[in-house]
Amino acid sequence: MPEPILVIDNVSKVYPGRRGMFGRSAEVQALKGISIAVDRGESFGLVGESGSGKTTLTRSILHLEQPTSGRILFEGRDLATLSGAELRRLRARVQIVFQDPYASLNPRMTVQDIVTEPMVVHQDVLGLGGRQRTERAAELLSLVGLGPQHLRRYPHEFSGGQRQRICIARALASGPELLLLDEPTSALDVSVQAQVLNLLCDLQDRLGLTYFFISHDLAVVRYLCSRVALIYRGELVEEGETGRIFDAPETEYAQMLIGAMPEVSVPR
Amino acid sequence: MDAPLLAIRDLHLTMSSFDGEAHVLNGIELTVRRGEIWGLVGESGCGKSLTGLSISRLLPSPPARYLRGEIRFEGRDMLKLPISAVVALRGKKIGMIFQDPTTNLNPAYRIGEQLVDVALAAASHDPTILDCPPRAGRRERKRAARRLAAAMLDRVGIPNPEARLDNYPHEFSGGMRQRVLIAMALIGRPDLLIADEPTTALDVSVQAQILKLLKGTVADHDIGVILITHNLGVVAQTCTNVAVMYAGNIVESGPVAEVIERPAHPYTRALMAAIPTKETRRGALQGLGGTVPNLIAPPPGCRFAPRCPLTIPACTRALPPAVDIGAGHTAACIRVEEERAAVHA
Repeated sequence: MPEPILVIDNVSKVYPGRRGMFGRSAEVQALKGISIAVDRGESFGLVGESGSGKTTLTRSILHLEQPTSGRILFEGRDLATLSGAELRRLRARVQIVFQDPYASLNPRMTVQDIVTEPMVVHQDVLGLGGRQRTERAAELLSLVGLGPQHLRRYPHEFSGGQRQRICIARALASGPELLLLDEPTSALDVSVQAQVLNLLCDLQDRLGLTYFFISHDLAVVRYLCSRVALIYRGELVEEGETGRIFDAPETEYAQMLIGAMPEVSVPR
Repeated sequence: MDAPLLAIRDLHLTMSSFDGEAHVLNGIELTVRRGEIWGLVGESGCGKSLTGLSISRLLPSPPARYLRGEIRFEGRDMLKLPISAVVALRGKKIGMIFQDPTTNLNPAYRIGEQLVDVALAAASHDPTILDCPPRAGRRERKRAARRLAAAMLDRVGIPNPEARLDNYPHEFSGGMRQRVLIAMALIGRPDLLIADEPTTALDVSVQAQILKLLKGTVADHDIGVILITHNLGVVAQTCTNVAVMYAGNIVESGPVAEVIERPAHPYTRALMAAIPTKETRRGALQGLGGTVPNLIAPPPGCRFAPRCPLTIPACTRALPPAVDIGAGHTAACIRVEEERAAVHA
């Protein structure tokens, strides 16, 4: 059996209480012993409601947050043991697309600057010269359904769906293997969401990417992901094949959540 | 048949901007009766919120300008009433709930005070809601209003309502705040409730509870509801009727089961094909090409024509009228009959 690309091994995170005017507030246990393994080339869905710890876990995978206990392994290597330079090289291979395409693009940068920036940051890994970077940026734009004519434009000239395409092109610029998708379609209208979801499917087929898809939208997760993990208040509640989880949820929480899904069909 | 609670006829609204005047509502027709929950559904910028805000005249003028049409609420045209008369209806006969429960409560006042204020204002219009003797003093009226506020919190499912009246909004979670707002919207016993994306900011489990609450309220009080949402799933699970909007027009409307099971307008069909369901296979989701038209210079004829797979030259000649296709189901598409014939053939 091939080694999983990402292993989250018994990860816990405790945020200490803040000291304020009236003493110390209670500490927050954001993650409680979460263990997940993500295989290469699969789409893994992480589902949870607000406050469940989705974001803390995502930030931990990017090593923007250090777990209180437990390990996060990328291709078998523990993130916590890596040096700064090693970590930076690793980040070329793990990229993220954020939820809000209106807030995650610098309004003062052109699309070309936005898409080539990761290539500059990861120059030592990619080794691309200035002209190659521009060519690569044009390639990436056509990959996400935009064109070289968009290189000189600014984010405000694009619709929400187009902006999310730019974010995806930027995430692909450093040639990652693992893409963290943090609610990439929840700020978009359904017709645009459908286009972005199709683009994600298409990119995965073409580039062999691994997706770690974070969402509270169960219908989108069911559509895109092969395996799903449900977390609730920092704990892993249920994990398994998407079809099994949606057809026969075992835990009470999963049953409640899936029962609350507003399906577009008339209730009988 | 008795007169409808709300009847919107041929409503045209423009909004002026630096670039020109945008024709944002282009002949809206909507009739709401008691006991009905109308889902007003569509994508961003289709005019669903503007329709809701127009009913209670909450759009400042300028930039808003009503070109023609009428909004009859219990027979009276809201567009012709003096604004003071409209204000007297808000919160009393017409309740409203908005999307963001955090910004719609005053953070500086206890929620009890906020509920009591609304109850007292509503009582000046209809004293029976306080359920106290006609010559009751101010103190007594206030006590009655507080009792009513606690009863309302209880009804929307807030545990320990008496004590919660003394809490500030920040002491409530998002779902609980939305319940407080629903209680506030219902405290004046409105006949019409306009809920603008009431569950969009909430988790699905809380959303399900709030929608159930809304349905229960309609059943108990025989009011009419307009539920504005972009989520067809919410409509399917909650509403009795639905109106699908696109670029300032209602393109299709009818009983919810009719429209969801037999969508007749190409836009409704495209919208439904874009939502992943249990049966949707990976890669088989259908997006909708093109973009929403510019409403300052809208395309001639049908506003959906530039993106529609069925467009023929006649589509761009005139705005298609709503065609009645039976069972209260209408679709504004000139090819609807021919399409249905093809389906049944």
